[in-house]
Amino acid sequence: MKELLSQYFIYWLILVLFMIGPFGMIYKKNLVKKLMAMNIMQVAVIIFFLVLGQKAGGTIPIEIHGLTGVEHYINPLPHALMLTAIVVSLSTTGVALALLLLIQRRFGTLEEDEMLRRMNQ
Amino acid sequence: MREQLPALIVIVPLLTALVTPLIAYLSAKLLRAVVTGAILVSNLSAMGALLRVLAEGPWHYRFGGWAPPWGIEYVIDPLSGGMAVLISFISLVVAVYSGPFLKEDTWLRKGIFYALYLLLTAGLLGMVVTGDAFNLYVFLEISSLAAYALIASGGEKATVAAFRYLLIGTVGASFYLLGVGYLYSVTGSLNMADLALRLQPLTESPAVMTAVLMLLVGMAIKMALFPLHGWLPDSYTYAPPPAAAFISGVMTKVSAYVLLRFFFFVFSAVSGPVPAALTVLGWAAAVGIIIGSVMAIAQSDFRRMLAYSSVAQIGYIVLGLAIGNMYGLIGAVLHILNHAVMKSCLFLVAGGVKWKTGEHTIEKYAALCRQMPLTMGAFLIAALSMVGLPPTAGFFSKWYLALGAIEAGMWPYIAVIVLSSLLNAVYFFRVIEHVYMKKAGPKPAEASGSGMELPAAMLLPIVLLGVGILVIGILNESIVTQILQYAIPGGGR
Amino acid sequence: MNRRFGTIVLGTAFRFLVPFIMVYGMYVLMHGEYSPGGGFQAGALFGIAVVLDRLVQGEEAMLSISGTKAVILAGIGTFIYGFIGVLTVLLNGNFLEYGVFPLDMIEGERHALGILGIEIGVTICVMATIIAIFDALTRREEW
Repeated sequence: MKELLSQYFIYWLILVLFMIGPFGMIYKKNLVKKLMAMNIMQVAVIIFFLVLGQKAGGTIPIEIHGLTGVEHYINPLPHALMLTAIVVSLSTTGVALALLLLIQRRFGTLEEDEMLRRMNQ
Repeated sequence: MREQLPALIVIVPLLTALVTPLIAYLSAKLLRAVVTGAILVSNLSAMGALLRVLAEGPWHYRFGGWAPPWGIEYVIDPLSGGMAVLISFISLVVAVYSGPFLKEDTWLRKGIFYALYLLLTAGLLGMVVTGDAFNLYVFLEISSLAAYALIASGGEKATVAAFRYLLIGTVGASFYLLGVGYLYSVTGSLNMADLALRLQPLTESPAVMTAVLMLLVGMAIKMALFPLHGWLPDSYTYAPPPAAAFISGVMTKVSAYVLLRFFFFVFSAVSGPVPAALTVLGWAAAVGIIIGSVMAIAQSDFRRMLAYSSVAQIGYIVLGLAIGNMYGLIGAVLHILNHAVMKSCLFLVAGGVKWKTGEHTIEKYAALCRQMPLTMGAFLIAALSMVGLPPTAGFFSKWYLALGAIEAGMWPYIAVIVLSSLLNAVYFFRVIEHVYMKKAGPKPAEASGSGMELPAAMLLPIVLLGVGILVIGILNESIVTQILQYAIPGGGR
Repeated sequence: MNRRFGTIVLGTAFRFLVPFIMVYGMYVLMHGEYSPGGGFQAGALFGIAVVLDRLVQGEEAMLSISGTKAVILAGIGTFIYGFIGVLTVLLNGNFLEYGVFPLDMIEGERHALGILGIEIGVTICVMATIIAIFDALTRREEW
């Protein structure tokens, strides 16, 4: 039981972050907070990919003279993939902020229940 | 250039989308010609690639000259080639249709609308032709972002609907990415053909089961399968008519295609976690068909009724996947083709009625058959096809699904198919009755003698799609034996 | 965000920070093959430098780029990317196959040159996107 918590601690952290995402989206009333919860969920997936590339005793994948052999360097492929995922997350946040600007200008509020009340009048 | 056809399918709309605002600044006629020309080039490339693939076998195109599994490759086989032809054809038809809607907008709005539209087309085409799992995630997000922006341009309620769609759609894409992460962790590869090889000894590992689960949930969110369909009605109702027609016709089907590709071509469909996942999908689809049809009966807005009908129809496709034998898969793929054409035609009709009379509730559709005969004729064909009357196309896809269900011995599915056809008949015949048999309301009819019922750019796509439904229905046997039979796994070459 | 927002501390500190960030961004872009770096990070750094200048100095910032110009720059950046890809197709290779450039170098250096060209396009695009988002959020109500 102790090594379930200590060896796999990073996976527990990723699980907690991944759960905060949908919880925040459902429970919080402000639209900007829902957007931030969505961002936290994407960050959890990104950290999961990065964890997959680690090796025990590996160092950063820049060549050090005299240290050959692939077991000394961590895998750089997940890092490159996650760069693209981070940019996708940035674009999604940009589009969401633009939509929130339009909602704020039209309805005057960003609280969900107040906005629904004004929309259905 | 003959060798570069798979790349042209995606690259031409993508690069044209970048120069579209500049062309809009220069001239409006040039804009329409360039946009239609770009999608036409993509459509012809897809057709050329499909013809070559049907003659010679699957085509692997390597980007950058790197051999897979190090490089990214595009794979054109009969299934992906057929989907590419379908997507680019519907995109072309709706691009022609959208001309009159934008005529009095500023150059900036026109340019940005067409740029987003071309990006959506390029994203969907990239999703179907790619052979790399992470590349599929990138194109999924490209098409989703363009769809959010297009839906939000339809007014104030559309902006709220688009924001809700953004939140839920990004959750779905995150689940998909997590599933790909689990697959990468046990095999070390992201190429779909390579994954299929490396997953063969690993069917019992918990990581593969988690990956199947994550892919299932992610794609079910994007596809609006029954419990996860909450974003769909508002988005399809308030979107501007050209965007609604294209998105409703194609986007959910591409997510169903991704599910088909992963569950039958990458994972093994007979052992491991996939059969259990397909059983769960089948039950969710069956309940979704019934509930979608029942909710559609209760609507008074025509577009919202069509949106709930979409929830039901995607259930048919997933039901075909869950049945799993040859007739079931043929029925599912044929229903992808049929539903794309039928639902686009119906949303184009709804947009045309809104253009002409400004109404969108069913009671106000009374006696429209006098004002808009051709449009309502196409609507009649599309409605009969959705119900499933021969010789329209919808009958044949339901027939194949029923044959597959009988052969597999799954009697509840047959009951669901028959019952839902009756429910479809209830809500479509209600609209047909209003259109053809009610008297006109107290509002004086518009001067119906003044020219054509709709501008030619809007009338031609509606009639074309309506005729297309009949053509697909009559020619369905040759479509199945020449294209679809080779598209499903385990069939043909 | 559109008026001057600076005390004496901020007004002096940013004069040191902004050129340093820009030089560091250029370094990260050029060293993308040898050390951690590349197009996305360099674009983010350039974007942050412009946003910092805009935050402190308001509308009369020296490095300000308006929203519409930023969107045009984003299009130009992505077009550079696509243009290099189309160039390789015209030279009878697959899309983005850098080995077909007719330059007098070894194969690895041609790949490095192609990747550098692409990263410059990506940098311009990411910088312009960050500036466009910032500008849309802080602009006065003048649609």
